[in-house]
Amino acid sequence: MAFFFQELVNGITTGALYALVALGFTMVYGVLKLLNFAHGDLYMIGAYIGFFVIQWFGGPNALTIPVPLLLVIMFVLAAGLVGGLGVAIERFAYRPLRDAPRIAPLITAIGISFFLENSALLLFGAQPRIYNTPQFISFSSGIQIGSVSIDAVQILVLVLGLVLMVGLRLLVNRTKVGRQMRAVAADREAAEMLGINVNFTIAATFFIGSALAGVAGVMGGLLFNQVTATIGFIAGLKAFTAAVVGGIGSIPGAVLGGLLLGVAESFITGYISSTFTNLFVFALLIAVMLVRPSGLLGRAQLQKV
Amino acid sequence: MSLDSQPPAAGPQVGADEWVARQAHRREYLPSWLGTGQRWLERVGWWPKLLVVGLAGAALPLLGLGGFQLQVGIDALVIALLAVGLNIVVGWAGLLDLGYVAFFGFGAYGFALLSSSQIGPNGIHLPTYLSVPIVMIGAAVLGLLVGWPSRRLIGDYLAIVTLFFGEAFVEFTNNVAPSVLGGPNGIVGIDPISVFGRQITTNAGYYYLLVVVLVLTMAVLRLLDTSRTGRAWRAVREDPLAAASMTIPVNRVKLMAFMFGAVVAALTGTIFAAQQISVFPTDFDTPILILIYAGLILGGAGSIAGAAAGALVLMVIYDGLLRSPTDSGYLFYGLILLTLVVKLRPWRRLAVVLAATVALGFAAHAVAGAISARAVAGGPHSTGWLAAALRDWVVVPANAQVLGNWGYVLLVCLLIALVQVGRRWRTILLPPTICLASFVWETRLAVEPAITRQLMIGAILIVMMNARPQGLLGSRRVEAIT
Amino acid sequence: MTAESERPGQARDPAQPGHGDSGRAAESVLNLDRLSLSFGGLRALSELDLRVDDREIVSLIGPNGAGKTTVFNVITGVYQPNSGDVLFAGRTLAGQPPHRIARLGIGRTFQTLRLFLNMSVIENVMAATYGNTKAMPWESVLRLPRARREEREVRALAEDVLSFFGQRLAGYRWDQPAYSLSYANRRRLEIARALATRPRLLLLDEPAAGMNPAETHEITELIARLRDERDVAVLVIEHDMHVVSGCSDRVIALDHGVKIAEGGFDAVASHPAVVEAYMGRDPEALSDAG
Repeated sequence: MAFFFQELVNGITTGALYALVALGFTMVYGVLKLLNFAHGDLYMIGAYIGFFVIQWFGGPNALTIPVPLLLVIMFVLAAGLVGGLGVAIERFAYRPLRDAPRIAPLITAIGISFFLENSALLLFGAQPRIYNTPQFISFSSGIQIGSVSIDAVQILVLVLGLVLMVGLRLLVNRTKVGRQMRAVAADREAAEMLGINVNFTIAATFFIGSALAGVAGVMGGLLFNQVTATIGFIAGLKAFTAAVVGGIGSIPGAVLGGLLLGVAESFITGYISSTFTNLFVFALLIAVMLVRPSGLLGRAQLQKV
Repeated sequence: MSLDSQPPAAGPQVGADEWVARQAHRREYLPSWLGTGQRWLERVGWWPKLLVVGLAGAALPLLGLGGFQLQVGIDALVIALLAVGLNIVVGWAGLLDLGYVAFFGFGAYGFALLSSSQIGPNGIHLPTYLSVPIVMIGAAVLGLLVGWPSRRLIGDYLAIVTLFFGEAFVEFTNNVAPSVLGGPNGIVGIDPISVFGRQITTNAGYYYLLVVVLVLTMAVLRLLDTSRTGRAWRAVREDPLAAASMTIPVNRVKLMAFMFGAVVAALTGTIFAAQQISVFPTDFDTPILILIYAGLILGGAGSIAGAAAGALVLMVIYDGLLRSPTDSGYLFYGLILLTLVVKLRPWRRLAVVLAATVALGFAAHAVAGAISARAVAGGPHSTGWLAAALRDWVVVPANAQVLGNWGYVLLVCLLIALVQVGRRWRTILLPPTICLASFVWETRLAVEPAITRQLMIGAILIVMMNARPQGLLGSRRVEAIT
Repeated sequence: MTAESERPGQARDPAQPGHGDSGRAAESVLNLDRLSLSFGGLRALSELDLRVDDREIVSLIGPNGAGKTTVFNVITGVYQPNSGDVLFAGRTLAGQPPHRIARLGIGRTFQTLRLFLNMSVIENVMAATYGNTKAMPWESVLRLPRARREEREVRALAEDVLSFFGQRLAGYRWDQPAYSLSYANRRRLEIARALATRPRLLLLDEPAAGMNPAETHEITELIARLRDERDVAVLVIEHDMHVVSGCSDRVIALDHGVKIAEGGFDAVASHPAVVEAYMGRDPEALSDAG
């Protein structure tokens, strides 16, 4: 029984990670109707940024600044830089294709994903870069509930993840920018005619979504202790799955999908075997898509004839 | 589509369709002499062109190509076949199938299981005339199984499902039933293909087989394209609702596209398996899929010739020339020169840019050398006359990795800027960009050819979609704005 | 044949029954029986009864949002009605998919043009013959006799259909891509494409939209010629009253999914409910009454 809860906790933690990445992905889809295949690679770049920040401040064994400050810098820098990268990608690669048939930005996104991944390989090499988290965040500084242990990093992920998700919900539902995002997502032309600066809104959406992916990347680095150039692709796939299962375009759906995915993965790895985890994930997605293409919380798309 | 059937009354007339259409038609061609070549090619019929290309392809080995080049040719032909098959699904029916490579893998694995010692005590060793058709029929069924539940999915959803199907295939062959499918170690010891009783065991043999199969496949598809099935596919791509209202059973037509594409891929898979004598799950992973797409996009989705040509050109560059530093150097610098010559007008501007580039390079080299000997201690990666020409022009420091990396980032930014700025700034920025590009090439890109060619693939996808979405040989599509 | 008037566009006496040559009270080509359709809370069609007889031109008029295109969509199987029935020559069309309904003999055009823009003019028309031909892919590939014969027939049919439009879609246009056609020609091509399905009933959705007076006159004559030369019944949605008055045998007015008037053009056009639907109620008349 304790094993069950332990796996549950682990699952929710990774689920929170997936949810964060899925959130950015689903936001971009909502606003641009574009499946941004490059989104997972933004996660990867965030993870690398976190790694280099650690190196910059002395490395995991000899940090020159206190850990909390280090973490803040990591997250802020990852959010800012990756967010900026996302905005640049939108500006130079997707914006010219805004009125092109849907296949064009999709193929471009695939190209960008490929380009980012291989650029990272070129710049950072193929060797995994080790975070060595236990050196500066000790495992024992966690909490213990019964026989279930939640270590500090997991707490960090959960708390920060929750804060970000709540913050995003508030942003989208209560602020002007959020309202504009929802308007552009509903009908871009009409929003433009109502005086909304569509370019800015889309750029803001990309920034926030990419920043979330960057932060998730740092979290992932801390959690899984390492980063390679290829993690982006898998992260992207998981983000897809989470976003689509939850209902693409729906923000609560992305959260729900991410958590479900994380928990399901955790249980499958724990109770059956880790070799079949990925296969299960793919099968799950295909099944959901065929039975209910709009996802759990999504709305079916209407088409005017 | 010929627009020359009837000349207008007297020059262009306002409001007359033909003149407008003719101008639009003219803009589709590549610039300058390439466009003239295209127009000339258009007048020649389709079948004579196929014959010429087929004969040329068959004649190539006779020019004395060595073992390596033959392998490049085989790889190119495999990808070309796959691109031609993918064209049915993506180019004609307009279905974004991101799992296409799984059909390729199915064909390969299917053939492997039926023609090796994998299953049972002595294995199944079916003769070719049985195993290949069985695999092809199996692929058609698989295409049906994949396509049927997806028939209601539109665009993006179909892309996701097929992408996952492709990933699932790799996972499946990697993890499930390792004793049968071989797991990560794949299946080895596959029988060769025999045609008309003769076994094909040499690379040259497989090369010829692939040329024949490619030509035949292109011929069959051409005959299909000009028939009611081809019209139905294209109508479904244009507007599925209108097609349905015009008696076309859209779902059935989509399924047919899936099945035909799957069969072509599977056939290619069998030949691939026989030639490689082994199959592994990694042979059918996403990078291969991207390669097929890149070839299709480069040549032009929607046209058989475009698919084949784009894939062939791409693979020759991808495989062949990026193996030896000298050859890749020829390719890199040659491509830059070619782009400049084709795109830069007027001639004076081209001359200015070239002169400035050369001057800048020498100047930079001299300055760097004066500052520190180590800054120019390294040399160009090529050999022969190219190296001699470059040695005093390009700056290559001794330990260049970090500097090269920064240069790479700067280069990407510069290239994006080049696209955005106006004509005058572009002329000014071109020489330093070219010098920087050669710097990055010599210090990093030429050193890591495996990564560089992947970068090239990504760049092709991005650039083609932005600059010329119809591909090099395709014609511009008009989409209704909905 | 009843003795009728001279000019092909002349509207006929709506009291006359439809023209089945058999002389029986013609089993109508199309019969909508208490058709109802709601989208969530919005009632698009409400207990609609509508009849079109053989070789008759019926115009469907009404303000925007009245449900006219929805009627077309229900007939062609794009939407399934909530209740009621659609009968085509006595057979119910309920549950049939659009492509099968098209094969049964109903052709249509679209309010916003939906041509196959990147295909040539003649390919657009030939594509519409798919459901009425039988050649299998391998027969086409091997160019077997049946496939070749069918292809010749399809080509001949397409040329015949296109010739109906005279010089407008003349021979040299056939190989031009559809996107190069002018707007009016695109509308004509859509009608040609629908004709290629060998329909018994043609549904034309605002065929004169966006046309100037000369083109409108041409279209009006064309619709009448469709009835006379091609033997089809036509149900036309139109806003342009020149077209409606110029070629209809009967006019039906719709508003908010309900039929509010039916009869000859003059009768319907002056019907108070129709005037109100288009023009609104006269506020003076209201205050007078109150």
